[in-house]
Parts: sequence; C-alpha cells; structure tokens
Amino acid sequence: MNNGKRSIFLLSTLSFGLAFLYVPMIMLIIYSFNKSKIVAIWGGFSTKWYAVLFDSPEVWEAVALSFKIATVNACFATLLGTLAGLALVRFGRFKGRTLFSGMISAPLVMPEVITGLSLLLLFITLKEFIGWPDERGFTTITIAHITFSMAYVAVIIQSRLAGMVQDLEEAAQDLGAKPLRVLIDITLPLLAPGMVAGWLLAFTLSLDDLIIASFVTGPEAVTLPILIYSRIRLGLRPDINALATIIILVVAIGVLIAGYIMLRQQRQRELDLSMVAEEK
Amino acid sequence: MSTPGETLATADADPKSSLLQRLTRLAQDHWRTLVLFVPFAWLLIFFLAPFFIVLKISMAETTVASPPFTPMIQWVDEGIMHIRVVVDNFAYLWEDDLYVDTYLNSLKISVTSTILCLLLGYPIAYAIARSSHTTKHILLMLIILPFWTSFLLRVYAWMGLLADQGTINDLLIALGLIDEPIRMLYNTFAVYVGIVYTYVPFMILPLYANMEKLDWELLEAAADLGAKPTTTFFTVTLPMTVPGIVAGSLLVFIPATGEYVIPDLLGGGNVLMIGRVLYNEFNANVDWPVASAVAIALLLLLVLPMMLYQHIQAKEAQGS
Repeated sequence: MNNGKRSIFLLSTLSFGLAFLYVPMIMLIIYSFNKSKIVAIWGGFSTKWYAVLFDSPEVWEAVALSFKIATVNACFATLLGTLAGLALVRFGRFKGRTLFSGMISAPLVMPEVITGLSLLLLFITLKEFIGWPDERGFTTITIAHITFSMAYVAVIIQSRLAGMVQDLEEAAQDLGAKPLRVLIDITLPLLAPGMVAGWLLAFTLSLDDLIIASFVTGPEAVTLPILIYSRIRLGLRPDINALATIIILVVAIGVLIAGYIMLRQQRQRELDLSMVAEEK
Repeated sequence: MSTPGETLATADADPKSSLLQRLTRLAQDHWRTLVLFVPFAWLLIFFLAPFFIVLKISMAETTVASPPFTPMIQWVDEGIMHIRVVVDNFAYLWEDDLYVDTYLNSLKISVTSTILCLLLGYPIAYAIARSSHTTKHILLMLIILPFWTSFLLRVYAWMGLLADQGTINDLLIALGLIDEPIRMLYNTFAVYVGIVYTYVPFMILPLYANMEKLDWELLEAAADLGAKPTTTFFTVTLPMTVPGIVAGSLLVFIPATGEYVIPDLLGGGNVLMIGRVLYNEFNANVDWPVASAVAIALLLLLVLPMMLYQHIQAKEAQGS
C-alpha cells in the first residue's frame, strides 16, 4: 500500500521533471514552423524561417568562427587537461600540488562573469606591457576557453585514471619498460576513450559560452552565442527558433549515437566478463 | 640543414644529433617535470595572474583615460616609488544601497533556487537510481541531453512560454481559467523558473551518483524491523544521501549566485543580481575599478562554498 503510493509519487515527479525539461524545447521547435512573424501567435505551418536563417551570411560567419574556436580549444584543452590529470593522479606528492589542484578545479565553479572580466583585464595588461595580443578575437577567446575547458578534461581524466586497473602498466614495468614508455604505450591508449569524452565536452562548452567570449572578444569577432544573444535580447525571433531546432536535433542525434555506442560497449564488457567467469 | 640520410651517416660526428640524443635523454629523465610544467604554467598565467590584476584594479581610482583607472605604482620624482592603494571602491559598494540590495537579492535568489532544485531533483534522482538497468540508462541520457544543447536557447525557450502572449497564457485563456494574461516574464518568478530549469540536472546527477552506491538492503532492514516509510526516509535514506545533497546544492548555488544571462533575459531590468551589475558596470558604465571591486566581493561570497566543493571533489577522487 505504502509502496504503491510511494512509487506513484516517484513516477509522477519523474514525469513532471521530464516534461519540465522537454516541453520548452518542444514548443521552441513547434514555433519554428510558425508562419506568423510574431513567435507567440500561430499563423499556420511554414518553413520560411529556415530559409531566412540559411540566407543570413552573419549566421554562417558566426557558426564558422564558433566551430573554429571550439575545435582548436578542444584539442589544446584535451592535451593540457590530460597532462594535468596524469600529474594529479600518478605523480604522488610534489611541490605546489595543492595550488595546482586548486587551480584545476576552481574554473569548474567560478562564475563566468569573474573569469571573463579577469581574463580581459589580463589581455589588456599584457598588451600594455608586451604589445600582445594586438587585437582581441579568435586568439583571446580560444585561450579563455582552453583555460576553463582543460579543467573539465582534467576531471574526466582523473576519474578514468583512478578507476583504471594498473595491471598492464605494472606488467610493462616488470618487463623492463621505462616509465615514459609505459605512459606512451600503455596508459595513453587506455585513456583514449576518456580523452575523446573530454574533447567532446570541451568542444560543446566552447560552443555554448556567451559570457566569457563577450568579455574577451573584440568588435570583429562575433561567435554564435554572441549573435543569438544580441538578437533575443530584444524579444522573440522566429529565425532563432529555427536555429534552435537545428541545434537541438543535431545534439539529440549525437547523444543518441553516443549513448547507443556506450550501451553496446557495456553489454560487450558484461559478455566478456561472463565468458571469463564461465571458463574459470 | 642536412638531409636525414646525411645525419644518419654522420650520427656520431654531428653535434646536432648528439643534441637530439641529449634532448631525448633529457625528456626521459625530466618528462614528469614537463608533463606538470605545461598545464601548471598555463594556469598560473591565464587563471591565477588575472585575479591579481582584478584585485589591483579594484584598488585603483576611475579616471577618464585608457585604460580608465589610475596606476597603483607611480614614480614620483627620481626613483621615489609611490604606491597608491585605494579602498574607496569597496567603501562605495558598502555605502550604496543598490549594491547591498543586489548582493542580498542574489543570495536570496540562489538559495531559494537551490532549495527548489533539491525538492524537484531529489525524487527524480531517487526514481532513476531505483529503476531497472536499461530504464536507468535511458533516463540518465534524457537528463543529460539538455546539458549538451545551448544554455542560451534553453533560457530563450522560456521567453516564449512565459510572455504575455506566450504559450502558457494562451492556454490558460483558451481554457477559460483567466481573462487577462498573467505577467510571468520579466520578474523574479521568471528568474526562478529559468534557474531551476537550467540547473536542476546539476542537482540530479551528483544525487544519483550518490544514491547509486547506496546499500538499499538497509532500507529493507529498516522496514523489516517495523520502521514506517517516513521514519526510514529521515533516519536512513536522507543521512546516507547527505554527500550528494551537499555536492548538488553547491553545484547549483555557486553558478546561480553569479548568473548573468537568466536575470538579464527573463528578469528584464527588474531583477537585481551581482553578475548582471558587474557586467553592466564594466560594459555600460566603463567603471573598471568598481566592476573589479564587485568581482572581488562576489568572489569573497563564493570562496567558502567553492573550497567546500573542492574538498568534496578531492575526497571523492581519493575514495574511488
């Protein structure tokens, strides 16, 4: 009786939660097909806002810039984050460890307005003293994104390293491989899935960032979030609904594929384990 | 430059090749230092140093110049260094009611949103943790999916729902429940909705991670021994999930306090929050010293929760 009541309560909260998460996005998608210029009033089905969107060169330029920044950022952040994660998990104690681990995890929770302001002031100070960066834009946004994305990569790498069985590494060491060899031939290949996950996360974080980018950018460089923000500040816009629909669909397909691959890998692992158990 | 073939043939005699060998040996001996040095140096330059610059500028005076603040160190006459530190900006923040109110309002909004996220997120996390293997996988994916879509567009979606002529008002009018649209956008209510909507996954995920590791047999034991479900919840379940509650609450509270986009888009000009004041002080008023002082004040407010979160993270990393 009580159990039944409880599961009804849990089920209804779960349904409410999922509806709360998804209804706004579904409405966003529906209204992207609205013929009327005023988003909130339904004027019949139309795909004209997609045409408006595709005809707009600023949108394409912003998409290109955002993808360029996200790609470069993801590569550097994965490299730096992996090194940082390795140092934190495998190097034991070293001088400055507390400072280092503090600096690695602080960007995860630092309010974006503070990170953005402080990086902009750094760039301005640097320009005053060494004449670089000459102008703000691609380079400064990418540097700012690397600084916070590498923290996320480091967290992923740390948790993968902590959960990794060290058998293979120890075996290689016993067979006479030097620590650097072990790192390159054994540890890094085992870390590859974590690095891919880190890369994807860094890529998405960069693509999503508005605040830090708007602090450190110059007048020339308009990323996609900056463009979207400048348009929606003034109210609802049907072409932004169309853009949102495309982004949501791309992400949903990506996450579904990733989820499917992960589920299959997990099944495979479980199968392997049960086969090992049977042979024993 | 010699070709690779030549280098190979004269490997012993060529100083370049011995340099290469030396470099290789150096890398083998000191690779740990290198692995550490690169990210360490990056963070020192691009994460730590900027804070000192913010601190420095927060203690300068505003001037009409480029950059718009007075230097801290001035050379008076020959070789006499004059250091100027001004705490006026902080005094200004303290004396101006606008800033104090903004500060308190931000805290009120972020604390309330954290509690709302907890009330909504806890049963959801619980339901996910107790569902079957495949369902669990699908539900988690559904919770994480919005994470990967644009934050900005998720906030924008609520503009369409809450507007005077938005979906919710239209629906209520069509159902005959109200005659005139209820004002839901551009006020504190909209800000709460926006923060809970965008941050509730941050509450659900740590709670789920915590609950998944729990020993559910303890609950059955409590029930077998005659405890009522509510008693079991308050004496067994809740205490066991405290780590998840703390981690999730910090993950909501910290970013919500400094939030800029949500109060700007959903609160209109009516909701005062620190993040928004900082942004406007810097970009609209071009008052860098006051903006920096606001940043330092915000940081002081968040430094304890941030250290607590880091402590939990470090303990988590050691535990697993």
